[in-house]
Amino acid sequence: MLDSNKDSLKLEAMKRIVAMIARGKNASDLFPAVVKNVACKNIEVKKLVYVYLVRYAEEQQDLALLSISTFQRGLKDPNQLIRASALRVLSSIRVTIIVPIMMLAIKEAASDMSPYVRKTAAHAIPKLYSLDPEQKDQLIEVIEKLLADKTTLVAGSVVMAFEEVCPERIDLIHKNYRKLCNLLIDVEEWGQVVIINMLTRYARTQFLNPNMNESLLEEGSGGDRTFYGSDEDEDEDEEEKEKKAETPAMAKRKPYVMDPDHRLLLRNTKPLLQSRNAAVVMAVAQLYFHLAPKAEVGVIAKALVRLLRSHSEVQYVVLQNVATMTIKRRGMFEPYLKSFYIRSTDPTQIKVLKLEVLTNLANETNISTILREFQTYIKSMDKDFVAATIQAIGRCATNIGEVRDTCLNGLVQLLSNRDELVVAESVVVIKKLLQMQPEKHSDIIKHMAKLTDNIQVPMARASILWLIGEYCEHVPKIAPDVLRKMAKSFTNEEDIVKLQIINLAAKLYLTNSKQTKLLTQYVLNLAKYDQNYDIRDRARFIRQLIVPTEKSGALSKYAKKLFLALKPAPVLESPFKDRDHFQLGSLSHLLNAKAGGYQELPDWPEAAPDPSVRNVEVKDSVPEWTKCSSREKRKEKKVEKPFYSDSEGESGPTESADSESDSASGSESGSGSEESASRSESEESEDGSESEEEEEEEEEEKEKKKKKKELKKPVQESEREMNTVTAESHSHFTSLFSVEPAPSPQVTPVNTFLSNSLVTDLEGLSLSDTVLSPATIAPSSALKNYELLHRITGEGLSVEYCFSRQPFSPDANMVAVQMQFTNNATADTKNLHIEDVKLQSGMRVKEFSEIELLPAGETATAVMGIDFCDSTQAANFQLCTHTRKFFVSIQPPVGELMRPVFLTENEFKKEQGEQ
Amino acid sequence: MIHSLFLINHTGDIFLEKHWKSVIGRSVCDYFFEAREKAVEPENVPPVLQTPHHYLISIYRGKLFFLSVIQTEVPPLFVIEFLHRVADTIQDYFGECSEGVIKDNVVTVYELLEEMLDNGFPLATESNVLKEMIRPPTILRSVVNTLTGASNVGDTLPTGQLSNVPWRRVGVKYTNNEAYFDVIEEIDAILDKSGTTVFAEIQGVIEACVRLTGMPDLTLSFMNPRLLDDVSFHPCVRFKRWESERVLSFIPPDGNFTLMNYHVSSQNLVAIPVYVKQSISFFETGPCGRLDITIGPKQTMGKTVEGLMVTIHMPKAVLSANLTATQGTYTYDLATKVLVWDIGKLNPQKLPNLKGSLTTQAGTPKPEDNPSLNIDLKIQQLAISGLKVSRLDMYGEKYKPFKGVKYLTKAGKFQIYIYMFIFLENLMSYLLFEWLQCVLKHSI
Repeated sequence: MLDSNKDSLKLEAMKRIVAMIARGKNASDLFPAVVKNVACKNIEVKKLVYVYLVRYAEEQQDLALLSISTFQRGLKDPNQLIRASALRVLSSIRVTIIVPIMMLAIKEAASDMSPYVRKTAAHAIPKLYSLDPEQKDQLIEVIEKLLADKTTLVAGSVVMAFEEVCPERIDLIHKNYRKLCNLLIDVEEWGQVVIINMLTRYARTQFLNPNMNESLLEEGSGGDRTFYGSDEDEDEDEEEKEKKAETPAMAKRKPYVMDPDHRLLLRNTKPLLQSRNAAVVMAVAQLYFHLAPKAEVGVIAKALVRLLRSHSEVQYVVLQNVATMTIKRRGMFEPYLKSFYIRSTDPTQIKVLKLEVLTNLANETNISTILREFQTYIKSMDKDFVAATIQAIGRCATNIGEVRDTCLNGLVQLLSNRDELVVAESVVVIKKLLQMQPEKHSDIIKHMAKLTDNIQVPMARASILWLIGEYCEHVPKIAPDVLRKMAKSFTNEEDIVKLQIINLAAKLYLTNSKQTKLLTQYVLNLAKYDQNYDIRDRARFIRQLIVPTEKSGALSKYAKKLFLALKPAPVLESPFKDRDHFQLGSLSHLLNAKAGGYQELPDWPEAAPDPSVRNVEVKDSVPEWTKCSSREKRKEKKVEKPFYSDSEGESGPTESADSESDSASGSESGSGSEESASRSESEESEDGSESEEEEEEEEEEKEKKKKKKELKKPVQESEREMNTVTAESHSHFTSLFSVEPAPSPQVTPVNTFLSNSLVTDLEGLSLSDTVLSPATIAPSSALKNYELLHRITGEGLSVEYCFSRQPFSPDANMVAVQMQFTNNATADTKNLHIEDVKLQSGMRVKEFSEIELLPAGETATAVMGIDFCDSTQAANFQLCTHTRKFFVSIQPPVGELMRPVFLTENEFKKEQGEQ
Repeated sequence: MIHSLFLINHTGDIFLEKHWKSVIGRSVCDYFFEAREKAVEPENVPPVLQTPHHYLISIYRGKLFFLSVIQTEVPPLFVIEFLHRVADTIQDYFGECSEGVIKDNVVTVYELLEEMLDNGFPLATESNVLKEMIRPPTILRSVVNTLTGASNVGDTLPTGQLSNVPWRRVGVKYTNNEAYFDVIEEIDAILDKSGTTVFAEIQGVIEACVRLTGMPDLTLSFMNPRLLDDVSFHPCVRFKRWESERVLSFIPPDGNFTLMNYHVSSQNLVAIPVYVKQSISFFETGPCGRLDITIGPKQTMGKTVEGLMVTIHMPKAVLSANLTATQGTYTYDLATKVLVWDIGKLNPQKLPNLKGSLTTQAGTPKPEDNPSLNIDLKIQQLAISGLKVSRLDMYGEKYKPFKGVKYLTKAGKFQIYIYMFIFLENLMSYLLFEWLQCVLKHSI
């Protein structure tokens, strides 16, 4: 059927095959026939073939290779969904030979235009990693790149890849930390879980313990809470303000100040407690439990209690975690005590867990209500649950002294219960309780001694015997009698009972040897020939110890002390006691054993690591854009005019904003970079490309041409030159900090970036001496060029503009619009200027200074400022040359309207220090 | 993450398996079967099991086990939640989630599983997105398909995944634009034998059925949002609007979905709609006991109580029941020892009563454990918490939709403690028993 020409027949065949796979039957014999259809046009057949391939490719590697080319073709498809599905299937075929192909495909997809394809690339990373762990380094590079992605679609998947490939590379997160925090709420739910878990670990390494200073914290975090409770707005600016406001207030009160990033994480995760997805809620809950100051952890209780309404499996996991939490933070769940009451319809495992929580929550004030509840539970039909309840009562009794007697009385009454299991469990618990205060309760012991006739459960029998032995002084008359009975039935007892009989005999021998000497001898003789070696050993050991012979050593003198020493009462502990060293909500926590791939939750650091690592790029996201912008600009220019960028490399001595932004990489004020540019020019003069400062554009253009030729020099020289230039300009920037109010704080990193890229650019140039391939520079859509005037309509003059995202120095309210004029005509264009500006009310325009001459084939740039009044209204004006006028308009896209904030270096440092 | 999935029916047959990474042999399920046997009841199987090389996480839904195999650390809730999502999706597609249905649509289910996970990590779990890729079967379509040979797989590529509202597909068109909201509240309560409330709370859910053209932006507001104590939302709801204005603002998914879950604070006294008078007693002499139950309305806010049903789990020793009901019918399942009394509508004038004798096994000790009594009921057109939807506004589209809100109150886990009395032959020991009860009650 698969060979048929009809799609419907093929489909039918494929369906049968897939049904076979689903049922777990082997369909691998059909591989060759199926693989042929991989190129089938019918989309449904194709899908089913993919399903088949993914299942069997691993087993038939050679044949699977036949299909690879189809996927490779698919990777180039213009439709993003087809690209994505091709990558998905390609990466799911676990065939080692295609690792290089996969690597290539992943790398390519990681810089795809479509976020969906990038997401698929992120998914493919762990697949490749599991196939060939040697690719780790390369994959980490891809992960790093994808981590920087700003779309919510990618974030969850890439963090998942990060967790699977390189969870130890926490340093990759620094720069993306704030972005992840801010995106979190929009990420799809599964991604949220992964991100939150990762951020918990991250925060543990990067921030200080908020509960370090318990007493001081109480007031401090209380204040915090009201402060943050009032505003939920997560605006970036707001946040900045908040931090400022918070700083003096908190500094006064206590030495510990929460890192603002720490706060950011807590604040951004809180709304997720309202998620419908239990896993997300649990993830947030564990994050709060592990990271939040004590006073704030309470918020998670309500959400967790809500989860108890969910499916029983969810309840099971949640209760396990709640049980651990209640041990550490009991107060948190106390208001919700009644939510843990048990219903007869709950499955037993849920009942037992709820019981555990109730026991943990018990304290002096609520113990009476809890015990009343327990009383009801004891009557339940579910015997395992009853046994657990009795245990729980015992634990309550040990923990809370006031109710010990009432509990004990209640338990003693249970001894007359008809169900043996109940009685046995009670005996065991009573034994533990009695150990705490045996004197008062000799009658209980007597009562229990009577039970030995009836109770068959070995553990209970052993407990009773132990009790009688231990407190034989309180029941001097009964004890020997019990021993007599036990000696009779010794051979039929279980091992633990036998051991206790020996113990009892030994103890009685020591206290009351007159009555029990013979009995003891008898018991020890029986034990001597027992099948169990433990019992034989014990018998020999005890005989040596207690029966005085001439050989017996010094120890027998102390026998009484040994056997009748005061034993410390057992502490009944919760099985959840020490579980909190596992990250809550994790599989390891649930199993109380380390699961494979579990990442230990690190302890808080003693001193906080440098918080500035996160500042570097993301502080107010400007530098990232400028970085891209400069890159992109360069790329674009290379496309049209490959040498242009090289002259920039010489730190382009134009005064126009374009080259300014390239040399200063954009985050500087115009004046600052201008100066640096001019200064660096003077350095250049040694190359002979003397350039006058503040020259006319045209001359500069010519100059650049000259330089281009001169640049064909040995690599070293140009490199050395570059270094001096950048170093020089760098120093100028820093010196400018104190003088000019302009520079924003990110100068240093940006600058290093620039110099690096310039060096590489230059290298590329001098090696190849021709066009730098534009593909070597990653495409970025951050800074977009818009067309103002097309070449045709402009009769040879084309104008493009972009929002350079720099402060516009003449007027801070204006947005800088950088224009690039290109004269494609054969004749020169003169007197380029703006006229007849039509604006909406409130808007203002600062025109660029007239460009007097633009020779044919040349390009010039200019910057104009427009105050859009925070609206997206277009600014209409006429662009005039000496011959023509063109009506043009600039409309700002949302997001391009920004306003620079000026800080001096000192101010900046001060701000930073305070936080 | 999730490595493989096995679907297992209640007899222990694996009838579907899916692997997202390398294939794992079925033998891994043996550990599960072992635990299943140990647990007796299917509900008692631990959801998480550890085996030497793998971890098994399972859920039990509709008499089926969804068993997933994982190899490395992963939050267990993550897997459990996902498995439930799979079950929900199957239910959404085929109307129910049962072995028969899955077997009939095995290819579709398999394709769904393929789309939902990629390499064990959830990829598309929104039913709107999935429906775009794999169309759910309808009778009409299956007829058309057999005639024309067309397929169930969407021809168009799904675009929902790419938009920033992944839960809604684009290009929705209806001739009748409707939006219905069902406010369903469940009372969870535990009452003690005297009828006083030990614990009561109201859990509510708003189920929506929205069939609107285009990309409508809806705003739902309440008369008394303060009632709501704790809420959780479908991802489409804008949390900030809720925080600031207490309104639900959202772009709805297409079709049926759960808009929000809420919990009404226990500070507000929960109205208990019915009361129960019951007595169950056993005589020590002779193998019999008596049972007498009467139900009456308590706080019903003037509405009628419908669908009333009483379920009693009897002690194991009770062999049979010979009862007469003044209204409705009763059944007693000998195997599970469950007595079900289906009453129907509650008539306040003539209270339903169930009375009669119970036969216990002769010679065995009298049952000591308490039976539990669970009540099921429905009240139409009433949200017992008093929550009211005040208005629904639509923005972004021009047409006028048809809007509707329905209220329903149900009993959730509504349980009443019963204390049995056992009359012993010996008066002294009877008194002793009573006295012990008193001591227990007062001392604690």
